Amino acid sequence: MTTLLSAPTIDADPFCDEVLADPIPLQRALREAGPVVHLSTYDILAFARYEQVHAALVDWQGFQSGAGVGLANFRKEPPWRPPSLLLEADPPRHDAPRRVLQKILSPRALRTLREKWLADAEALVDEVLGDRSGTVEIDAVPELTESFPLRVFPDAVGIPAQGRENLLPYGDHLFNSFGPHNHLIEAGEPRAGELLAWTTAQCRREVLAAGGFGADIWAAADRGDILPEQAPLIVRSLLSAGVDTTVHGLSALLHAFATHPGQWARLRADPALARVAFDEAVRWESPVQVFFRTATRDIEIGGRTVPDGHKILMFLGAANRDERRWGAGADRFDLGRDPSGHVGFGMGIHQCVGQHVARLEAEALLTALARRVEHLEPAAPPRRHLNNTLRSWESLPLRARIA
Amino acid sequence: MTEVVHAKQSRERANAGTARVAAIHTEADGVVSLVLTDPAGGRLPDWAPGAHIDLVLPNGCTRQYSLCGDRWDARSYRVGVLREPASRGGSAYVHETLREGELVGLGGPRNNFPLVPARRYLFVAGGIGITPLLPMIAQADLLEADWSLLYGGRTRKSMAFLDELARYGERVRIAPQDEVGLLDLPRFLGEPREDTKVYACGPGPLLDAIAVTTSGWPRQAVRTERFTARDRAAGVRDTSFELTLARSGRTVVVGPDQTVLEAVASTGVDVLSSCRQGTCGTCETTVLAGRPDHRDSILDDDEQQAGDCMFPCVSRALGDRLVLDL
Repeated sequence: MTTLLSAPTIDADPFCDEVLADPIPLQRALREAGPVVHLSTYDILAFARYEQVHAALVDWQGFQSGAGVGLANFRKEPPWRPPSLLLEADPPRHDAPRRVLQKILSPRALRTLREKWLADAEALVDEVLGDRSGTVEIDAVPELTESFPLRVFPDAVGIPAQGRENLLPYGDHLFNSFGPHNHLIEAGEPRAGELLAWTTAQCRREVLAAGGFGADIWAAADRGDILPEQAPLIVRSLLSAGVDTTVHGLSALLHAFATHPGQWARLRADPALARVAFDEAVRWESPVQVFFRTATRDIEIGGRTVPDGHKILMFLGAANRDERRWGAGADRFDLGRDPSGHVGFGMGIHQCVGQHVARLEAEALLTALARRVEHLEPAAPPRRHLNNTLRSWESLPLRARIA
Repeated sequence: MTEVVHAKQSRERANAGTARVAAIHTEADGVVSLVLTDPAGGRLPDWAPGAHIDLVLPNGCTRQYSLCGDRWDARSYRVGVLREPASRGGSAYVHETLREGELVGLGGPRNNFPLVPARRYLFVAGGIGITPLLPMIAQADLLEADWSLLYGGRTRKSMAFLDELARYGERVRIAPQDEVGLLDLPRFLGEPREDTKVYACGPGPLLDAIAVTTSGWPRQAVRTERFTARDRAAGVRDTSFELTLARSGRTVVVGPDQTVLEAVASTGVDVLSSCRQGTCGTCETTVLAGRPDHRDSILDDDEQQAGDCMFPCVSRALGDRLVLDL
């Protein structure tokens, strides 16, 4: 296809282990190569600069999500699970599910959770740090960044306590499935059916506790705002997209502070920076690194034509460190920066509907930690967890000096 | 505090919530449509059928109009404007004074009349009430739902968009009052059905008649909107106002071409935002005093009326002074 080849070509595989472990050098090369790059491994076009990524994200008319936001093209191959009514749907089918969920997860709706989550975060931090003084070593991933969302979010949705250990492996496989069929997918496949069945079972009306997000979704079906058969799929979206992403966002946040000690001092001096800090961490590490779209017609972008029906790969992480948008210090985690406008939550009609939930979780955990921890630093080299879509940590050993 | 002086040419500059009247078309006796575009040629905020926008006319009047264009065209909005016999300055101004090329203030879009999923739709329009239904019909048709429209008006010549509806053939029933009398609602709506939603927009008496006819239907199956443009508070404006940040004790003037968010940032106070279009809700801020001029897509009309919070990426102030909890 001459159109594709007329763009600068990069041969590296963005989904190989080496790049997944450290995507920064490839991101830099992609941005430098041009506004539109041809990835020879998959014979697709990609955007890594902020301008083109942002433009593609908001142009839902030109770059559809309904053909799948992964490499697989639903126009040609069947998805492994029923498509998401939110992420893998376009208007008009996208409208009602989005509208319902956006209301349930709005900042105003979340006000009732705030006090409880702040108290929950205090309690967790007290459990982890104990009544010790001096210096404490912890692995932040299992002890804080996984345990806090798993403590508050499933309760907020209203799923039973039993089986919650399935949430992370389910999400991990789901986000792997957006990439090519590599060893990461293969490793998840044996359990995929069982995990999907468990997740699907949690979405039934009779399973969900009254007063939770899940029950609110069913209430919307009772009001006729969505069809009853849509309700379980919308609950599933919460369980799919609401756990892993937040966990990795929180890990990114603590990793950022541990490696930028001056910023921790700044946060302690002004705890109101907690919200900015989380968004800056989402910009800096971009827990969701990449998403695909599919061109609905021949579309000109960045001086090239994306042919109708072709998948494009948007490097959200690369856009979030594009010096053209963020300046020379783009690679630095900096609380003095205004991270507004980052594309770590996407942008446009598919922008992360749970972003306010994630911000509240982050604010709660960070506020509790900042109260008790005077200084944070790495205690040992951290260990990455590889995923085709997510940038995440498996282990984040930290040394915390108790205030 | 420094006096802020604004250059004359600022009227030509786009700010959050400004649109250009790209075209004015006559659609029927007493009905024109306005095509609105971003003065800089960019995308306009996304919308869905049933959404309305606030238009701030150059004479200071603010009126709400349903969007009736094609949402797949991200660069233009279309609204239909009926010349109200008792116009208090909104529709008369649009019909007599407004010219192509002029700039108007824009709020929203907001949606209090969303199209919910159903297998079958019955649409009823009275007069200019056809406008919110046009994009609903386009979508019902796209989704291959079973739908039909009953469209009434005084005379055929007073009924807008008949040519656009012609392509739907027998699904559309045109019923001008001078030809066939009042709409036969019982016959059109029939018995309540599980799979059916009724959408109606038009003058009060029509909606009252629909309420009577559908009294045996499940409440959530019938969704209506009165087209009479609700008057919003007087004094809506694009001029400067004084903004006080209560917690940080700073005061700044928000110029006509500046967003509140930009003005706040100029004082060194950061407010986290994201979409900067009044759609995502990230920059929600508590209002302590003053009345916000809401231009977001998030708050419904009641929440806007409460006036206790606002989205400074697009919203402004109705009065001379606004105090935010920042």
